[in-house]
Amino acid sequence: MLNINGTQREVDVDPSTPMLWVLQDHLKLVGTKYGCGIAQCGSCTIHLNGVTTRACMLPVSAIGNQEVTTIEGLSENGDHPVQKAWLELDVPQCGYCQAGQIMSAVALLKNNPNPSDEEIEGAMNGNICRCGTYVRIKKAIRLAAKSS
Amino acid sequence: MTRVKTSMGRRSFIKSSALAGGGMVIGFSWLASCRTETTPEEVAMTMPEEWFEINAYLKIGDNGLVTIQSPNPEFGQGVKTAMPMIVAEELDVDWKDVLVEQAPFNSELFGWQFTGGSQGIRRRWEGLRMAGATARQMLREAAAQAWQVPVSEISAAKGILKHAGSGKTAGYGEVAAAASKIPVPEEVELKSPGEFTIVGSSKKNVDGKKIVTGQPLFGMDYQYEGTLIAMAAHPPAFGLKLKSFDDSQVRSMPGIVDVFQIKTLEAGYERNMFDTDTFEDLVVIVGKTTWEVLNAKKALRVEWEPITETKFNVDAFGNKREVVIPAGFESTDIHYKKMKELAARPGRVARQDGNPEAAFNKAAKVIERTYTCPFLAHNCMEPMNFFAHVTEDYARLAGPLQAPSLIEGTLSARLGLPVEKIDIEMTRMGGGFGRRAYSHYAVEAALISRQVGAPVKLVYTREDDMTFGIYRPSYHATYRAALDENNNLTAFHVKAGGIPESPLFANRFPAGAVDNYLAEEWEINSNITIGAFRAPRSNFMAGAEQAFLDEIAEQAGKDPIQFRLDLLKRAKENPVGENNDYEPERYAGVLELVREKSGWGGETSATSRGVSAYFCHNSYAAHVLDVVMENGQPRVEKVVCALDCGIVVNPDAATNMAEGGIVDGIGNAMYGQITFREGAAEQQNFDRYRMIRAGEAPREVEVHFVKNEIDPTGLGEPPFPPVFGALANALYKATGKRYYNQPFITDKALIG
Repeated sequence: MLNINGTQREVDVDPSTPMLWVLQDHLKLVGTKYGCGIAQCGSCTIHLNGVTTRACMLPVSAIGNQEVTTIEGLSENGDHPVQKAWLELDVPQCGYCQAGQIMSAVALLKNNPNPSDEEIEGAMNGNICRCGTYVRIKKAIRLAAKSS
Repeated sequence: MTRVKTSMGRRSFIKSSALAGGGMVIGFSWLASCRTETTPEEVAMTMPEEWFEINAYLKIGDNGLVTIQSPNPEFGQGVKTAMPMIVAEELDVDWKDVLVEQAPFNSELFGWQFTGGSQGIRRRWEGLRMAGATARQMLREAAAQAWQVPVSEISAAKGILKHAGSGKTAGYGEVAAAASKIPVPEEVELKSPGEFTIVGSSKKNVDGKKIVTGQPLFGMDYQYEGTLIAMAAHPPAFGLKLKSFDDSQVRSMPGIVDVFQIKTLEAGYERNMFDTDTFEDLVVIVGKTTWEVLNAKKALRVEWEPITETKFNVDAFGNKREVVIPAGFESTDIHYKKMKELAARPGRVARQDGNPEAAFNKAAKVIERTYTCPFLAHNCMEPMNFFAHVTEDYARLAGPLQAPSLIEGTLSARLGLPVEKIDIEMTRMGGGFGRRAYSHYAVEAALISRQVGAPVKLVYTREDDMTFGIYRPSYHATYRAALDENNNLTAFHVKAGGIPESPLFANRFPAGAVDNYLAEEWEINSNITIGAFRAPRSNFMAGAEQAFLDEIAEQAGKDPIQFRLDLLKRAKENPVGENNDYEPERYAGVLELVREKSGWGGETSATSRGVSAYFCHNSYAAHVLDVVMENGQPRVEKVVCALDCGIVVNPDAATNMAEGGIVDGIGNAMYGQITFREGAAEQQNFDRYRMIRAGEAPREVEVHFVKNEIDPTGLGEPPFPPVFGALANALYKATGKRYYNQPFITDKALIG
């Protein structure tokens, strides 16, 4: 039994299966993306009890009762302040890495509602974007910090 | 208004695609509403009871909603928003009443559905305007017939038709049924740019909401009932091919369905330019879930053997040319040694003006500098992947492709199916940058599905993706400049080459601005495959040339912007030679704009500035880039950019694209490289392939567009190449050291 986005979900998988593939293949929650498989790019960022974790190297056996939040469970209507800021500034280009970026940004603002530029950069350094949308990502975090 | 002949076909019904049918296990609609993106509160759209197709690009509902097909595949450049904006502009409909769909792949209806070369908007501009304008005309005619008044008295704006004389009005939806029966007009009026209300006003990404909520959009997200997962093992080094494999252990592993070999190209098949297929023989593992297949792939034992030299012909859009793939294992140090040797010999002369040799002999000062760059991997964040369900007489395919028409023929030949029996769905791409124009993975997925007799999704691991080749080539360029005793540039010589192609553009600036000019080129064959990479060749030449011009200006004691402007003035007033591949006035325009906007000359002592400008993909870009030193490390603080790409369709999205191109350029210039040892790529994942990260991206990028009424030109690529030069020039100011070899920074520890 897993607690995913506030719902109990049952999966029958090998305990070594990384959470990323449990989400993708078994629960059909495809918003959490595969990018590297070695926790270097951040595309698969989820929250475990509110803390960012890379799902690609996290075996499902390590989850236990911890609350898992994915991009799909961040808000009911896609209206989390960070999501709204992302839309307001039209951050995404291809969009593939953005769910991971948003999950990292949400966790940052939860712990630090008014981060400095350096703190934003430090918190976001684990998420790669080949399209190069970092300038807007940083702006959107500042906007979300102001509006939440 | 301009009156133009139309080239729209009569209602050309969209091929009813089997892809529209059932089978999806999760909602996978391409329908994107413009309304929910433009209003903060979600407004439920009431769907019409009936849609009336006016032409292939648009249909109008009985309640006035309009659905517009976006013909080209979307990889983040924003065409899925910008192309429908152009149709909506000429149709004159309120943007909030527009729904956008990704058009199906159908060349008969939609022509060249290609994303690449920054040509999307440029090549679609007229056709998309025509699609909207003819529909508007048909709606006006339908209203005129209904009201029994001359069509010239009917106006149409924001989805409403009006007859001023009688005061009658009707929404587009009310006359859509009648309009759909009106013959397509032979002539229509197109708006003049001054009349635009949608084009030129920023609209949000029509898929924005889906992206930020993690809805399925990409090939990797594609779900279809009963789909198996497939992965393929390819040789660990260039210069190797498959010898044999032992699947005895793997077959019994949990979830594994089948293990077999595929051959992706049949012997004797004549390849097109995009049939680049590095490794033709692959070992495939098919299983139920990704994790199970990944584990089996690790356990698979494969033997590889050296290749022998091969030669084959490639059909490059009608021009046949022979490609030689040499045997052996290549290494980066040998590559650079060989390039140095070739650069020391005379090259093939591509252009000569005046008498360069005499001018160099007479020169008061000769400056010679050499620039190099490594291979680069595209590293699209979404790795290569493809869905295929192939049966005896039908192939259903879906996935990320920049150019489905370039692989359709290959698929048809390899599967032995006519193209009518192959349906290709274009999913949103998680990046492309040129990589997804080479879609061998679609053929691989199709062959795997046919062999295993089930729907299959082929997934490349990041390591598969990064080591499969199709890289940006490694290049080398030597420049020489002659200055006379008054520091005038009297001769310019460029000799450029690469592995396995030359990056030279013989007719680009400063050709045309210097009396004595010589351009030579050379190349070295390789078994490492290459492909188009964001602004191919320009992505190296711009940086090299613009860094060299900076040195000439310095040696001549001139301001680097004024030095370039003086050359451009010469090229405009008294051009040297013919076929100069740029307009000096527009080139100078972006330099003047960036000089003004950056406050050039007024920089502070803490900031080191570099300038650069370039013309490619029909557009002009200039950057002023500021570097600051922090703890002995350079960091790009700010970039000011000026662009001339004609009319800007969606300004905020265009700004985003330019920002991204600048960040991407800084990243690749600073850190990007694929190096080889014994034929194997030494970077296989992001632990060793350094990508730019948030902390290394500038805090601020300012983008300024030259305002004019020229038809739109390229935008995805032009801002990218000159960044390399602006950065090198700023780094020189910051460190006192010239940067000749990319990547500029190789010593900093990687971030985990």
